[in-house]
Amino acid sequence: MSILTFAKWIGEMAPDWVVALPESLQRLCFQFFQVFIYENRWQFFTDGLTMTFTVTIGALILGVIIGMIVAIVRSTHDSSRGKPNIILRFFNSICKIYVTVLRGTPLMVQLLIMGFVVMVPKGEVETVMCAIITLGINSGAYVAEIARSGIMSINAGQMEAGRSLGLNYRQTMTYIIIPQAFKNILPALGNELIALLKETSLVTVIALQDVTKAAQVIVSKTYTATIPYVSLAIIYLVLVIILTKLLGILERRLRASDKR
Amino acid sequence: MINVKGLKKAFGDHEVLCGIDEHIKKGEKVVIIGASGSGKSTFLRCLNLLEQPTDGEIFFEGTNICDSKNDINKLRQKMGMVFQQFNLFPNMTVKENIKLAPVKLKLMTEEEAEKKALQLLERVGLPEKADAYPVQLSGGQQQRIAIARALAMNPDVMLFDEPTSALDPEMVGEVLEIMRELADEGMTMVVVTHEMGFAREVATRVLFMDEGVIAEQGTPEELFANPKSDRLKAFLGKVL
Repeated sequence: MSILTFAKWIGEMAPDWVVALPESLQRLCFQFFQVFIYENRWQFFTDGLTMTFTVTIGALILGVIIGMIVAIVRSTHDSSRGKPNIILRFFNSICKIYVTVLRGTPLMVQLLIMGFVVMVPKGEVETVMCAIITLGINSGAYVAEIARSGIMSINAGQMEAGRSLGLNYRQTMTYIIIPQAFKNILPALGNELIALLKETSLVTVIALQDVTKAAQVIVSKTYTATIPYVSLAIIYLVLVIILTKLLGILERRLRASDKR
Repeated sequence: MINVKGLKKAFGDHEVLCGIDEHIKKGEKVVIIGASGSGKSTFLRCLNLLEQPTDGEIFFEGTNICDSKNDINKLRQKMGMVFQQFNLFPNMTVKENIKLAPVKLKLMTEEEAEKKALQLLERVGLPEKADAYPVQLSGGQQQRIAIARALAMNPDVMLFDEPTSALDPEMVGEVLEIMRELADEGMTMVVVTHEMGFAREVATRVLFMDEGVIAEQGTPEELFANPKSDRLKAFLGKVL
């Protein structure tokens, strides 16, 4: 693969309208061409984006599942009157340790440990799994605290009303408490989702080809950093803006019952 | 129907109920009065085990509800409860509130529950509110819906925990009216209330609670006309 020079591009490949521009703009167009069009390099970005989405969605699902379980264990423990039974106390302390450790260490370090000590993935599929598991477990700790605040924000009378109708604890949680809690925590949960999307950029340390890695590869191919990295920032920004809009729509739909 | 033996309840060191023996028969309308802190709400909440008694036994239709071998969820299906704060489910429409328990507990199909809900809404005089959300209703309307929700389970007894205490004065009447109709239809009721007028008209028996025990009881005529203990005299002096 030969390196494309500016002179060669202007002389042989550039369209006429570029040649007519002043030189500074010509150079900008050249960089843009080099980064996205030459040798179909835009594919690095689209492939990277696919990976970023895969990891984000996988980690989100895992994180929400772990977070909900931890939150339910913790709030069941905290709301039980008198001394809770030994099994519940055991699981509660496990959950507490989990949240403490995962919130107390940097995600980067967790990725390094999972990638090079615990899982040591070989091949792309294993590496993707490793990234999803690490990010999911990490995100679960934050989701747990968010979900717990949601469950605890529901008036104790709701639980009593459900139980007084003959529903058991699990049914009352499922049909009455959690739907209300979910509505309350949606903004915080959206925050966590946005953070998760951006944190997937750290998976480059376990050599996963996400969109950040794509930009780095292109920098090393073209010896120019401005366009790849600024484009990368714009890509993340656009994704977050889209997510924010989608969350806003969901929130409005769930708020139907608040209308007076 | 409900048989209470030696019921005690303590929160930490604070003893709220100090030994209550009481028998509530089918069809009775028992009204419990007393100063706040006398334990009347706690007593009522013990009847369907929303509070776990510290000691004593409670039999509901012959089954000891304090025995963990008996399924309290099954027993609660037959004991409707109405709360001071209504506790409607705010994320559901009125109709969904009423249908939830019968459908989820598989006692009725969706269609049966729908029919029952509309019938009950008719009965509490709010058929046009079927698709409204609780927040769109006044306190009195919410409490009437709460009564309908409890009735949807076809309970054998209805427990009312200060059902009108959180209401604006002009809404108390509409709720009491529903309760009065319910009493006339023969429902067994246990009502904790400060509405002495309701106690006088509807109760078949009035219990006066003081410091965790039933200090005095009798028909409303006896109790209101000839209070025996000084405590009751003092209490009635304040509320009447």
